[in-house]
Amino acid sequence: MNETKIITNNVNVYYGEKQALHNVSMNMQANEVTALIGPSGCGKSTFIRCLNRMNDVIDTCKVEGTITIDGYDIYSKETSVEKLRERVGMVFQKPNPFPKSIYENVAYGPKIHGIANNKNELDEIVENSLKQAAIFDEVKDRLHEPGTALSGGQQQRLCIARAISVNPDIILMDEPCSALDPIATARIEELMEELKKDYTIVIVTHSMQQAARVSTKTGFFHMGNLVEVDKTEVIFSNPSNKKTQDYITGRFG
Amino acid sequence: MSFVNLNDNNLQKRLSREFRFKVYCIMAMTFALGFVLFLFTSIFSTGYSAFYKTMIPIEISLSSVVSDSNSFALMTNEEINDLSIYSLSKKNIYNLFPNITDRKEKKEILKIFSYEFEDEIKNFLKDNKENINDINIIYLTASDDIDQLHKGNFPRDIPEKRRRLSDLQLSFYDELILENKIETEFNFPFFTRGDSREPELAGIGGALAGSFFTIIVVLILSLPFGLLAAIYLQEFAPQNKFTDFIEININNLAAVPSIVFGLLGLGILLNTFGMPRSTALVGGVTLSLMTLPTIIIATRAALRAVPPSIREAALAVGATRMQAVMHHVVPVAMPGSLTGAIIGIAQALGETAPLLLIGMVAFVVDVPSTPVDPSASLPVQIYLWAESAERGFVEKTSATIMMLLGLLIILNLTAVIIRRKFETKW
Repeated sequence: MNETKIITNNVNVYYGEKQALHNVSMNMQANEVTALIGPSGCGKSTFIRCLNRMNDVIDTCKVEGTITIDGYDIYSKETSVEKLRERVGMVFQKPNPFPKSIYENVAYGPKIHGIANNKNELDEIVENSLKQAAIFDEVKDRLHEPGTALSGGQQQRLCIARAISVNPDIILMDEPCSALDPIATARIEELMEELKKDYTIVIVTHSMQQAARVSTKTGFFHMGNLVEVDKTEVIFSNPSNKKTQDYITGRFG
Repeated sequence: MSFVNLNDNNLQKRLSREFRFKVYCIMAMTFALGFVLFLFTSIFSTGYSAFYKTMIPIEISLSSVVSDSNSFALMTNEEINDLSIYSLSKKNIYNLFPNITDRKEKKEILKIFSYEFEDEIKNFLKDNKENINDINIIYLTASDDIDQLHKGNFPRDIPEKRRRLSDLQLSFYDELILENKIETEFNFPFFTRGDSREPELAGIGGALAGSFFTIIVVLILSLPFGLLAAIYLQEFAPQNKFTDFIEININNLAAVPSIVFGLLGLGILLNTFGMPRSTALVGGVTLSLMTLPTIIIATRAALRAVPPSIREAALAVGATRMQAVMHHVVPVAMPGSLTGAIIGIAQALGETAPLLLIGMVAFVVDVPSTPVDPSASLPVQIYLWAESAERGFVEKTSATIMMLLGLLIILNLTAVIIRRKFETKW
């Protein structure tokens, strides 16, 4: 078993009066894909957005409990969200490239963090990120065309390239394939297989098959509770909780 | 088959209802278009003649003023201004009709010219210092009444007592026409001169400059403040009672009648701060108050239309909130926001009521050269001239409206072009 990368301990999340997550405690290992499944509105997206503090944008959102990455409490006062998000990248449900060129989409992160010292280094980072996201060959001749002109699957891989351009440790994926067709989905799944060698991946998915295919560990969320978390084989073959059993067999959700 | 059955009553009814609806729509559109067309033709047909002026060439001999005509070349403009050539000019003008000898009748000859004929002769001297001959042909501006008579706007068939031109003057005109001595030329001074009591000399130069300075002041004040306020309110301000209150007030401000802003300018800018009356500076500040809410509302709407996923994308790679907004959100919102700004500026350009209250309605002869000189503006000039009785001001009013409409069309076209060209394509 790989070393533990992310530890969450008794995480409670409130949107105003409403509590969205109840005492979620789970660990995520480095260089593994951890999948979060559950019916709509169960809190899995809320949970994943706590890991890079994207919930900070919502005024009414309040997070309790501790989340540590490599032993550092990311909700401590000293944490800078900008630095945190540099190390914890995110890919969203709907592909959201900037309405700029493919090159600029990938170069933006390195530019604002001052990672590249000159144009050549930046070019190299862009090329490597696109290669790692398995899209370089498709776009190498049109790096300066708008990223929004690509197909949905290509856009999503471009967003993955953008996420890895700042050299993060962790990539969070919030239903990255829900807007894609099966072929594009298959490509992203292959890509995850490659990426987990270098990154820790946490993926939220609606598709149980996808969770079964790509993840090492799976957590099942229901009504804001983490019902069960275990090795993926165990969750899908021999879950210990009745609700998990019902969900994976399609009795609700 | 059933779908070829055209005798279906219900279907017939639905189709004829659709047809009637289309007819109503086309009627409404035709009515609106016809109205605009009527407005434009009526303005154009009364206004276009203002772009031409009537000139009468006369022979002027200046040999008695100076020893020899070459000496003009040595004189400065000031020295030419100081020459007293009034009576000489008069004599030369009387020579146009040598058989008129009566003193009273001679005076009538003068009245077919603009009263500034002496200045016009001096301007000719200044412009042609090097080649003044013993006898020079100089084109003098005809008086407003002759100008209007020549343009066909002056009814000749009413009794002499009710006419501004006497029978004698009409006979002068007819004689000049026979001798081919009445000419029209493009009315260039109309665009460069300030206002005047004499329609043939009045121009919109002063109003153009006043409007220009006013708009510059409006731009300098309302664009940066409007954009910053909108960006702060939309992107950074917390959602609470206080920001709601500000938002409601900005929306209310946009609906306040413009004359109220004029009162505000009068009460605060002129009376409390003692800023100079009748100036483009005060006009601009007052109009900025009016334009500001328009720009804020348009910019906020443009910012709101930017998909939140763009903000999230930027934040997720570690951009600060300001970077996300300035690098990604604002560029996408810019065309919409600038369109709003231009429409606000166009409103300010056509606004009259507030300017009346802060004294920009004054009669200003000099063309303003700075924003703190007394000046008029285009819409106020229209208001001023529309009140004047002389026929010459009627065509000048319409011509000014044409200029203002032209500027507004240019501004609105710019807005359309900006939107087309810089709109983000998704």
